[in-house]
Amino acid sequence: MLFEDFFRPPVWSVSDLTRYLKDLVTSDPTLQELWVQGEVSNFKVASSGHAYFTLKDGRAQLPCVMWRPQVQRQQRHFLPRDGDAVEAHGFVGVYEAGGRYQFYADLLKPAGEGALYREFQRLKARLEAEGLFDESRKRPLPRFPRRIGVVTSATGAALRDILNTLRRRYPLAEVVLAPAVVQGEHAPPTLVAALQSLYAHHPDLIILARGGGSMEDLWAFNDERVVRAVAAAPVPVITGVGHQTDFTLVDFAADQRAPTPTAAAEMAVPHQDDLRLALRGLETRLQRAMVQDLTARRAALTRMELRLHRQAPLHRVFSQAQRLDELERRLHTAAKHLLALHQRRVQALSQRLAALNPLAILRRGYALLTTAEGQVVRSASAVHPGQRLHARLAEGGLKVVVEEASRDWG
Amino acid sequence: MPEEQIPPEIAALNYEQALTALEEVVTSLEREEHPLEEALALYARGQALLTHCRRLLAEAELKVQRLAGEDLAPFDADALAAPPTPGEAPPAEA
Repeated sequence: MLFEDFFRPPVWSVSDLTRYLKDLVTSDPTLQELWVQGEVSNFKVASSGHAYFTLKDGRAQLPCVMWRPQVQRQQRHFLPRDGDAVEAHGFVGVYEAGGRYQFYADLLKPAGEGALYREFQRLKARLEAEGLFDESRKRPLPRFPRRIGVVTSATGAALRDILNTLRRRYPLAEVVLAPAVVQGEHAPPTLVAALQSLYAHHPDLIILARGGGSMEDLWAFNDERVVRAVAAAPVPVITGVGHQTDFTLVDFAADQRAPTPTAAAEMAVPHQDDLRLALRGLETRLQRAMVQDLTARRAALTRMELRLHRQAPLHRVFSQAQRLDELERRLHTAAKHLLALHQRRVQALSQRLAALNPLAILRRGYALLTTAEGQVVRSASAVHPGQRLHARLAEGGLKVVVEEASRDWG
Repeated sequence: MPEEQIPPEIAALNYEQALTALEEVVTSLEREEHPLEEALALYARGQALLTHCRRLLAEAELKVQRLAGEDLAPFDADALAAPPTPGEAPPAEA
């Protein structure tokens, strides 16, 4: 061993030094959670699913890695291409085997989005405070819009979706398209101009729409000029900007916000199937009302007819005739009674008469004596012996001579 | 109902006006007592309004115009009628 060796500082192994550096880096809280902004280069997803890329700016480079789970999550939102300016979230660590420090990213966003979001919040708060988004400002949508203004790109899928939806649901409408640039720095003034140029054509409502895109793509719809123009529109405005989850400031200023252009068109008009159904309902009611009306009239007529007949002169004649018939019937009855009564009386008299018939007495063996002059002999003293008398028997008669007259029975 | 049986004053109504009128006719027939002549006339008017509403729906074709400066010009919507893409297609610039 050389003498100088005793005075040398201790010698580190590469591993120890690397470990030492790693500890330094990982113990610094600033490096353990931060956002870094730069331009992406050499972005590659390896077969392992991990992504490797470099962030750089004019003067420095930073090797970056993103593990597979984060890459998969990232793919659903935004996967950068080389040259994109991004903001990366993660921590700084040391890759011992490669002998270098690197950035372990877990989230990538297009650069400027954070700033845009802060601007969005600031403007939203200001316009909200001004009352631009008040519920009381919202107007009801017309039930049957005749003319619908559409502000969107003349060539976009949004317009096609809107027209298809309107044609399918409510072809009675008339569409006036006011084409506008919907993206980029020229978009806000053309959106405002398109909106305002519609007013001269008196639409019943206006659809302001744009298909989906990134927050930056939709930025024109957060522009204060556009938001104010929507709030000031003289007719109701429906917005359909971006996708389900996208909210732009025009959505808050509009009378109705729809999640997509198609949904905006659906909201704007009734469905013709519903209208046909409603017409069927009205038809049923119309016919029922008429039938009931006529039925009621017929019933009233029948009642009136009855009352009329009761009052008719002929009815009075019939009524008199009926009375006569009635009297006739009573007369007959009375006559019959009377006749029967008399017959019974005659019968009784006849029986009494029969009982009094002297001939009936003769049949019991009595004889009726009469003088020649025909006087009935009732007493012995009324005759004298020798007098000729006539005895009348029940059958036949006798000429008899009185032998003796005595006061006593024989 | 043939065309000529719809009175011109009804044929001139737009859908909303015709539907409103129809609703009024039905309600009036249901709730009020009219002289027979009037009730029959109302019924005929209701039928004509129904026919008109149905015809408007059946014959309607979405009319699309575009603003060209201050004026309106026809717009060829068929040029847009590409096969509908699932979801939104990437938005094109105007």
